[in-house]
Amino acid sequence: MNPFSSETRLRDMIRAIRACKTAAEERAVVRKECAAIRASINENDPDYRHRNIAKLMFIHMLGYPTHFGQMECLKLIASAEFPEKRIGYLGLMLLLDERQEVLMLVTNSLKQDLNHANQYIVGLALCALGNICSAEMARDLAPEVERLLQFRDPNTRKKAALCAIRIIKKVPDLAENFINPAAALLKEKHHGVLITGVQLCTDLCKVSPEALEHFRKKCTEGLVRTLKDVVNSPYAPEYDIAGITDPFLHIRLVRLLRVLGQGNADASDLMNDILAQVATKTESNKNAGNAILYECVETIMSIEDNGGLRVLAINILGRFLSNRDNNIRYVALNMLMKAITVDTQAVQRHRATILECVKDSDASIRKRALELVYLLVNESNVKPLTKELIEYLEVSDQEFKGDLTAKICSIIAKFSPEKIWYIDQMLKVLSEAGNFVKDEAWHALIVVISNASDLHGYSVRALYRAFQTSAEQETLVRVAVWCIGEYGDMLINNVALLDIENPITVTGSDAVDVVEVSIKRHTSDLTTKSMSLIALLKLSSRFPSCSERIRDIIIQNRGSLVLELQQRSIEFNSVIEKHQNIRSALVERMPVLDEATFIGRRAGSSPAIVPTSNSASLNLPNGVAKPPAAPLVDLLDLSSDDVPAPSSSGGGFLQDLLGGVDLLPGLNQTAISGTNEAPRTGTDILLDLLSIETSPTQSSSSITDILSSSQGDKSPVASLGEISSPPSLSTRATSAGADPMMDLLGGFSPNPPMPDNGPVYPSIVAFESSSLRITFDFSKAPGNPQKTTILATFTNMSQSIYTDFIFQAAVPKFLQLHLDPASSNTLPASGNGSITQNLRVTNSQHGKKSLVMRMRIAYKFNNEDILEEGQINNFPRGL
Amino acid sequence: MIHFVLLISRQGKVRLTKWYSPYTQKERTKVLRELSGVILTRGPKLCNFVEWRGYKVVYKRYASLYFCMCIDHEDNELEILEIIHHYVEILDRYFGSVCELDLIFNFHKAYYILDELLIAGELQESSKKTVARLIAAQDSLVEAAKEQRSSISNIIAQATK
Repeated sequence: MNPFSSETRLRDMIRAIRACKTAAEERAVVRKECAAIRASINENDPDYRHRNIAKLMFIHMLGYPTHFGQMECLKLIASAEFPEKRIGYLGLMLLLDERQEVLMLVTNSLKQDLNHANQYIVGLALCALGNICSAEMARDLAPEVERLLQFRDPNTRKKAALCAIRIIKKVPDLAENFINPAAALLKEKHHGVLITGVQLCTDLCKVSPEALEHFRKKCTEGLVRTLKDVVNSPYAPEYDIAGITDPFLHIRLVRLLRVLGQGNADASDLMNDILAQVATKTESNKNAGNAILYECVETIMSIEDNGGLRVLAINILGRFLSNRDNNIRYVALNMLMKAITVDTQAVQRHRATILECVKDSDASIRKRALELVYLLVNESNVKPLTKELIEYLEVSDQEFKGDLTAKICSIIAKFSPEKIWYIDQMLKVLSEAGNFVKDEAWHALIVVISNASDLHGYSVRALYRAFQTSAEQETLVRVAVWCIGEYGDMLINNVALLDIENPITVTGSDAVDVVEVSIKRHTSDLTTKSMSLIALLKLSSRFPSCSERIRDIIIQNRGSLVLELQQRSIEFNSVIEKHQNIRSALVERMPVLDEATFIGRRAGSSPAIVPTSNSASLNLPNGVAKPPAAPLVDLLDLSSDDVPAPSSSGGGFLQDLLGGVDLLPGLNQTAISGTNEAPRTGTDILLDLLSIETSPTQSSSSITDILSSSQGDKSPVASLGEISSPPSLSTRATSAGADPMMDLLGGFSPNPPMPDNGPVYPSIVAFESSSLRITFDFSKAPGNPQKTTILATFTNMSQSIYTDFIFQAAVPKFLQLHLDPASSNTLPASGNGSITQNLRVTNSQHGKKSLVMRMRIAYKFNNEDILEEGQINNFPRGL
Repeated sequence: MIHFVLLISRQGKVRLTKWYSPYTQKERTKVLRELSGVILTRGPKLCNFVEWRGYKVVYKRYASLYFCMCIDHEDNELEILEIIHHYVEILDRYFGSVCELDLIFNFHKAYYILDELLIAGELQESSKKTVARLIAAQDSLVEAAKEQRSSISNIIAQATK
């Protein structure tokens, strides 16, 4: 005998494992046992197979790998003896699941055992088949199961019925074979067969409309009679639970009647009486009775209308709801959710009780109740319900606050009768649980405030007050900071005071305090800090007296490790210091945020372009003004700092929200050109930035010139044009700067263009160097948003003609690109004419991803081969 | 339908797992970890239902053991409580006031009984007596086979002596 063979008995192994003090000890014991079992398996000794599998099952339960025992199970099943088969099938069900290929090998053994003379062996095979069979096995063995449904022994019939359920779930096509045998089972007297037969019919109805029709016609009356017999049956000790005969059978019968009665008035009529009897006669002092009542109520709610029964059902639910047992209350809430579609009034009557359940100590009940309350809210009760929920928000558990806040915000947004109420309630939520408020919710609040022009003053004052008490709530701080930035002057002058408020005395310095606190707080995240910086810039113009102090605060961020903050701080500082004359125009109040656009953004999916990095444009050859649009979006998109891509609505909205910066595109652009210049010239970015005015070289586009060009004729900025450097520069910048601006500002126009034939996309400059310029014009055929036609126009800016001009482009996998032939391959000098070429792009991820393209241009210039390459990622959004 | 049945001890040790829906080994471990975390920490007076990944887990504690069954959202939770109790009563009758140790050392028996009670995640028998009878009949088949085997080995042993 092999010294390693598994001499230890199962009992001894379990003892040894239980005696282990540490996990390491346990692992050692298991390892040793597994080694012994493997050795024994290799010896192929049938005497120990039985014991090995038993041990492996225990080891498996502890979570150790046991796949090496799978074949042993098959051998046991193939043996002739009952004890071997019994443990073999158990091992099969435990150690394998339906996705393992080994399972296919057992099909033949199963088939033999299903035809075995011993009914217990047939039972084992049916049990294994019912628990783990795969679709292939179901197809192979369905005829056997069908035959066994008529087997003489009832215990085999019931097992076959459940097996059939598994089979029709795996292969619904087989359902029709089982309809007649299943209907025959409904006439049985044996409870086990009846229970499984009813269950089989229920599942058949789910997968096959013919089965439903068949049972509805042929079996409804019989089932009603069976249920009647069960309900009225005398005491039967074998099936009795808490004074009720076989509640399991009750429940299944009632459930099948529900399936049959749903959507069919005749069938519903047949069952009315018996349902009424079950609903009134069933004892409700024990769980078993309540389980039946619960099922019965659900059936009454689902079948065709019968007023009297419904009243009965609602009354039962009312009783459940006031029960002291948490289980019963839980199912009552569950049922009321379904009842609400049938009879809202009846459910409304229980509103107070349901509201109490929201405050229950049991998380499961709270969750159910909250869902229910959410469904109960309507225009007439929104105010008291919201009040209750917000009050509860103060005392609720931390882990429940997230759900609760989301629901409250949703209720407020959906049913708010007036704007002032909306703002008030949102402020309460923000002050109470601002850290749980989702981005969409506070974005929406800002949009509403922005639209309520008569409430600007009220909102900013209320936010100021709320900030004093709840400064730790991040989202409250953000909204407060935004509003103070926008409407700070209304805060200190008590402008537009409503009758209901008390005037407050706030100085400009107090307002700046708020923003300072929020920017300095170490818990503030990047979004809050960036918003604070913008607010500071705006306040510097609103409160000139605080200008110096604001500048000090802004300067403190000059050394921030976060590029975003550092850059903004430097830019804003420069605005305050050197551009007094344009500042007030730059930081004017934001235009009213368009609600329709915002809602559209939320619903639609126009994700923000989030270029992977600014450095993408750096590899463009000898470019002077790189296409700045993409980085500009990047800059505004705060959340893209290290988070991959913000949620579509969040990101897009944020850009709008910070649109204040849009008025400063020049600043951003200088920063970008500075950044881009850095590697080439080797000069410090900061130096470059700060020297914009003194050295208006070709390489650094001056802030003013971009402003003047992009905002060209608009009065506030027009005067700036005077400072601008050579006009050639500004023309160049126009094309570069204006497009992304249009894109960003597009959302703000009071009447957003909504042409019927699809949206219009601004043209972009795809590439530009001192010698070559490429512009893209976009068009889309209506009704086919995935396809975009791009008209590329190439212009030669140099003094010499280009010959053999070839444009090539490549796109990532989710795009398809088709290039039409170019209009010519010779490009005349000095912009005297151009080449055009059509590009057709199909975006398979339309709405999710934006276009991006790599391109290569080859041409001959004075008989010299020139090759230029670059990446275009400044495509407008939504292409 | 019942997607799986778990028996977990108060210390979080797994005493029985039966899966009626396909879960990979990895998922099974994860489910066990997640659910024992949720269920074992719930207070005694709370309801016996936990909502979990769109399913409902009905659990009931008997002495040191938690019996858990995972069901679909539209299933009858109260009935599942009855099924759990039904199972416990059958175990109790079979082992004679069952305790955790019985289920550890005779885990395969617990599985056999469960297999007479549930197939494909559905109840197959509402009579405790019938289940007990079927199990007893199969146990005696095993005993008979054992005796026969030992008598054969005795004969062989005597013959070869």
